[in-house]
Amino acid sequence: MTRVVLVRLGWGLLTLWIVSVLVFAGTEILPGDVAAAILGQNATPESLAALRETLGLDVPAVQRYFSWLANFVRGDLGQSLTNRQPVADLLWPRFWNTMALAAYAAAVSLPLAVTLGILSAVWRGSVFDRAANVVALATVSLPEYFLGLLLILLLSVHTGLLPSLADTYDGMGFLAWLKATTLPMIVLTLVTVAQVMRMTRTAVLAVMDQPYIEMNYLKGLPNSRVVLRHAVPNAAAPIINVVAFNIAYLITGVVLVEAVFNYNGLGRFMVDAVSKRDLPMVQGAAMVFAAAYILLNMMADIGAIALNPRLRHPRISES
Amino acid sequence: MTEVADRVLSIRDLRVVAPNGAVLVDGISLDLKRGEVLGLIGESGAGKSTIGLAAMGYGRGGCRIAGGQITLTGTELTQSGKSVREAMRGARIAYVAQSAAAAFDPSMRLDRQIIEAPVQHGVMTAPEARAWMLELFRALQLPNPESFGLRYPHQVSGGQLQRAMMAMAMAAKPDVLVLDEPTTALDVTTQIEVLALLRDTMRRYGTSALYITHDLAVVAQIADRLMVLRHGKEVETGATGEVLQAPKADYTRRLVAEREGSLRPARGSQKAGGEVLLALDRVSAGYSGLTILNDVSLSLRRGETLAVVGESGSGKSTLARLVAGLLSPAAGRVTFAGRALEGSYRKRGIADLKAIQMIYQLPDVALNPRQSVGETIARPLTFYRGLKGTALRDELRQLLALIGLPDDFADRLPGALSGGQKQRVCIARALAAQPDLLICDEVTSALDPLIAEDILNLLRKLQDELGMTYLFITHDLSVVRRLAERTVVMQKGRIVEDRPTADLFQTPQAAYTRTLLESVPELRQDWLDDIMARRAR
Repeated sequence: MTRVVLVRLGWGLLTLWIVSVLVFAGTEILPGDVAAAILGQNATPESLAALRETLGLDVPAVQRYFSWLANFVRGDLGQSLTNRQPVADLLWPRFWNTMALAAYAAAVSLPLAVTLGILSAVWRGSVFDRAANVVALATVSLPEYFLGLLLILLLSVHTGLLPSLADTYDGMGFLAWLKATTLPMIVLTLVTVAQVMRMTRTAVLAVMDQPYIEMNYLKGLPNSRVVLRHAVPNAAAPIINVVAFNIAYLITGVVLVEAVFNYNGLGRFMVDAVSKRDLPMVQGAAMVFAAAYILLNMMADIGAIALNPRLRHPRISES
Repeated sequence: MTEVADRVLSIRDLRVVAPNGAVLVDGISLDLKRGEVLGLIGESGAGKSTIGLAAMGYGRGGCRIAGGQITLTGTELTQSGKSVREAMRGARIAYVAQSAAAAFDPSMRLDRQIIEAPVQHGVMTAPEARAWMLELFRALQLPNPESFGLRYPHQVSGGQLQRAMMAMAMAAKPDVLVLDEPTTALDVTTQIEVLALLRDTMRRYGTSALYITHDLAVVAQIADRLMVLRHGKEVETGATGEVLQAPKADYTRRLVAEREGSLRPARGSQKAGGEVLLALDRVSAGYSGLTILNDVSLSLRRGETLAVVGESGSGKSTLARLVAGLLSPAAGRVTFAGRALEGSYRKRGIADLKAIQMIYQLPDVALNPRQSVGETIARPLTFYRGLKGTALRDELRQLLALIGLPDDFADRLPGALSGGQKQRVCIARALAAQPDLLICDEVTSALDPLIAEDILNLLRKLQDELGMTYLFITHDLSVVRRLAERTVVMQKGRIVEDRPTADLFQTPQAAYTRTLLESVPELRQDWLDDIMARRAR
């Protein structure tokens, strides 16, 4: 077990390193640079060259990458090129904002999706099953920004139930925060529910076809007990996987939703950093996103292995 | 006539229909007295399991009971609602499946699964159910009864798990058990043990049973009466002894004759005794550090049939894989037609690949469902022999004739074939390469007895006509007796005996061979009593 965890961890670190290379290369390819972005209209060839030298951009890209990597390994995310503050100080508050929104959405969407998935598996082919599938597919097919704007139109503009902008600030009351973030939460819920629901349904159905499930019906157990005590525990591994995948999505895939609702999270932070070509900021945000994604998927894999009864309860050797 | 009060189960004019409208069971009536065991005999598709499940008011995969009455301890099941049927299942009537490994929830401890039915039905409290479970564990001679239930299904052996399923079925003290091939998946030596315990336990508690099986000899040991079924209809019913000794229906006579025929010795091939084709010299092999084959030496002559017998885990399938080149030996030498044979099929030349062909246990899995019979057989014809056009079609037609299938079968997909026909196609595919050696790995185990006999006759005919050499891997000693001139008995990866089949059956030398031979069920009804008495001594 320890070996499995260590191997996974090794692969995770390798993935993280590849991501850092790709992001660095990606921002290098983009036209323009931070100096041009800062100077804007005032840019002259001389002022650009001078600013590039102060920011250390005149050094070759490979060298810049390795000095960034050396700092990163020591836990130093570097300094923002545009406002000269440590990246960490700017990044972490935004990260926690994103986490708060992701947690709010996950708390609503995942229990809902798993429950709906189990119910539609139990009532396979019923009106409920078909209706749940149609609604879920419809919501997942609509782009997030469209869903966001639609909800703003319905729930803010026409009815005024909820604020259209997710304005949050330090020292805000919990209830006020909940109200401000409910619209983005609903959008995130709608786009994640479908996948988790359908995967849960498939996983439970695969188990329902097993002979031991029929055996439990032949023991005269009611449907609810067969499903909850026998089918769901055996379907847990794939469900945990898709749940972790969606939590990762809720953290890393919020860029559009944060933009639509003007929410002060890590997604918008990254969009701003990219438009300013502020490489340390982009790298920092990308690393946090990637690490969250890799870590959650790794936890799901390890969880699925740990749930396997053959591994949890090894064979007793009879010699 | 039996007293009505004495009947625990009574079925009248049962008719079960599949979702596609096919009639699976038609016009079946039966009565079961308290403590009586009725054997339901027939081949696959005869409707045995369907009747057993219908007795529980259950239809598998959307099958439904379309007519008739089922009365279980005074309650009519076909007219009553779901809750009544659920209350009977697991409490008054319980089911024992063929594969215990598949019938237990892998993620729940055995004791929790066993006491589940009595506690959920409110028949017993949890402590009462546990006490009864312990008594059953003792009656079924499970090791360490107090702690046995704490284990998970994968932590106990196959024979133990089968007995645990018996305990699960008896957990709520039901009146009737539906035993669906309960010993078929077990090794012969384990089968006797489980069969005897099963019978004694049912006798002790006066439990009635429907005993479903295709094996006449097994059912002869346990059933008071037999009902022979075919295509969902009753063929004949009677006391076990009468049906076995004086079968009335022609179909029953064939079943009995096949079972008796299995006890006649091999006739022997006329062409046996040529040069040594395959030789293994002190070969050891295994997977990831685990030695499965230990110091195995054997030789096989051209035109000969060598049977390799043993129970699961004896290494006989590993031996087949080794010869086929799917596993490389860790030590020792393999020679084929006088030359050293490469360990892995990847390193073997095309001549060696062509010369050694294999037929598998499960024809369903061994055929590509999207390839027609013609394509399947044509592939090796083109690959090994470069046949094209008319030559290819002629050869294909000859092969189909050889395995006894009409020409127009070439266009059929495997899905449109029966199990026996699929196995014939697998044989034709192997023959297409014109091999010297055919490895047959349990090729009849998945087939019904009469179909299996046809396949064996086909293999024998091919040997006479083509001088084929067989390495025949099997756990079924009756097959060995009918086909092989020489037999190798394997136990725990070693060869314990290697002699001509007739001698081996008459005067077995190794103790293990004797145990194996006497474990093969015989048709006489007192066989199980005899053997248990002999073992007790």
